Amino acid sequence: MSMIAALGALESGLVFALVAFGVFLSFRVLEFPDLTVDGSFPLGAAVSAIMIVSGVNPWIATLAAFSAGMCAGTVTAYLNTKLGILNLLASILTMIALYSINLRIMGKPNVALLGDVTVLTPTETWGMPYYMATPLAFAIVVLIVFLVMLKFLNSQPGLAMRATGANARMARAQGINTDRMIILGMAVSNGLVALAGSLFAQSQGSADITMGVGVIVIGLASVIGGEAIIHPKTLLLALLACVVGSILYRFAIALALNADFIGLKAQDLNLVTAILVTLAIVAPQLKAKFNNRRSRSSN
Amino acid sequence: MNLTRRSLLSILVSATLVLPLVGHSAYASQKHVAITQIVEHPALDAVHNGVKDELAAQGYTEGKNLKLSFESAQGAPSTAAQIAKKFAGEQPDVVVGIATPSAQALASSARGIPLVFSAVTDPVGARLVKSMDNANGGYITGVSDLSPIDSHMALVKTIVPQATRLGVIYNPGEANSATLVDLVKKFAPAHGMTVVEAGSPRSSDVLAAARSLVGKVDAIYVPTDNTVVSAFEAVVKVAAQADIPVIAADTDTVKRGAIAAQGFNYYDLGRQTGKMVVAILNGKNVGDIQPEGVDKTELYVNPEAAKTMGITLSEDFINSAKQIVKTMTNAERKAAAEQEK
Repeated sequence: MSMIAALGALESGLVFALVAFGVFLSFRVLEFPDLTVDGSFPLGAAVSAIMIVSGVNPWIATLAAFSAGMCAGTVTAYLNTKLGILNLLASILTMIALYSINLRIMGKPNVALLGDVTVLTPTETWGMPYYMATPLAFAIVVLIVFLVMLKFLNSQPGLAMRATGANARMARAQGINTDRMIILGMAVSNGLVALAGSLFAQSQGSADITMGVGVIVIGLASVIGGEAIIHPKTLLLALLACVVGSILYRFAIALALNADFIGLKAQDLNLVTAILVTLAIVAPQLKAKFNNRRSRSSN
Repeated sequence: MNLTRRSLLSILVSATLVLPLVGHSAYASQKHVAITQIVEHPALDAVHNGVKDELAAQGYTEGKNLKLSFESAQGAPSTAAQIAKKFAGEQPDVVVGIATPSAQALASSARGIPLVFSAVTDPVGARLVKSMDNANGGYITGVSDLSPIDSHMALVKTIVPQATRLGVIYNPGEANSATLVDLVKKFAPAHGMTVVEAGSPRSSDVLAAARSLVGKVDAIYVPTDNTVVSAFEAVVKVAAQADIPVIAADTDTVKRGAIAAQGFNYYDLGRQTGKMVVAILNGKNVGDIQPEGVDKTELYVNPEAAKTMGITLSEDFINSAKQIVKTMTNAERKAAAEQEK
């Protein structure tokens, strides 16, 4: 694998680490299976792309993307908590609505950003080639989000949110407004996914309506795959697992792309993903079996 | 970290880093062309085959003096980005991006490598080139698949002279279609027609979209829209029931029951793209090559389909066609395709 390809995998892995954080928050912390992300990822891309093209400062455009994602998450949470719609269904409703909304925002299915000033433009002055500067910039973003999430989830409201996911009845008994926690958590989760979409569009040079396809699968694969490699005993390790899982996922894709000699092609990617996730889930069970047998034989 | 997990990790890491090195054994004298397309689709595959055949026709034989890489992004823009990075690392002589998202990914992630795009409807809107009218300098050129909409509108008027309301069925989610429909709206008034749009986001919605036009339009125009063309039979069915003539943009669709099309085929577009690739391989500077539009269109006519939609075509018009075709069933079309091979 060439260095550019490896750095490219790292770059994509870091962007999708933000998606993994978002999915971790909804799927693991709140126990909320959230498909909204398939819509909020392109939503972030659409909002920032159209603003940048109309001449708005790219930093404000990126912030706007984050806010738009928060709105999307709020809608899903509202449908679920206030209108009593099943969580999975609520997220599907928001997701399909976002397809039309994203088209409305962009006015067409593809908005090009090639040659525009984006948040990544300053990295051109860092004195290194673009394929090194971009992953470095994304690493800084991921580190910041990582630290903020760690801080937040250990704070009072963060603990209340974790309690909501772990045992909603118990949490309510402790005086926690669980509805509010779900709304807040879903908003932040989708905000992060939209941020990822915005950064991806800016590094990629375009926002496209099809960008959201399968984002939830990538996010889940990253979270679950990461957990198989780093046991999420503490919050720090759980968040770290998201990053590691996301980067490994991209390297698996790079492997599939670069493994011509064993006949693997990009079209085998979905199969590779499925095998990878299955391995990740099964490995801990195998380990447990293996350990059991060993301890029994030693007795 | 325990034993199983560590071994899983080490297998993955070593496999990713070490194994691919085995694959690199290209000869220095070989030219290297790397092609990527966003998704497998009959039209895009035809472009890909056209490029390959043109390279072969001009003396570049795969495995001898040419190394050819090909990757499909399977419809996922994030994979397209990684494919572009992969190509960037290999530093081929020319990269070919088929369809807008793949071309854009190459433009941003494989900067500086000569890029020839193909089947991009609006290269200027996609920010690939500044203009279609002259050579742009830089490292990007290519072939657009923009339909000659003005002549399509003229064709509609030739077949249905009394038409004043034109229905267009398309998927608002396809970048190419959005551009085409804008052009239809621009050119139709000059031919005395107003435009009625019918959106169909999925191929399962095409039937409903076609029905929504009944009673509102005098003719239906179907652009080169992947979604609608894949469910074109639904349009034909509604049109035959309601006696609305259907005119298409690409010639393959005429065999499926459209009255006529002044179209091009994607294989020829691929050959045209291949000519640019060859020029660059032979030493021409990519910045000196002007981007091109479709250079070859042919008129296909289906008189039988016209009859079912209540239209009688003049002898002169039928005789002016390059090909006179009959509506074929799926099985017949497959058999015909086999025979061509």
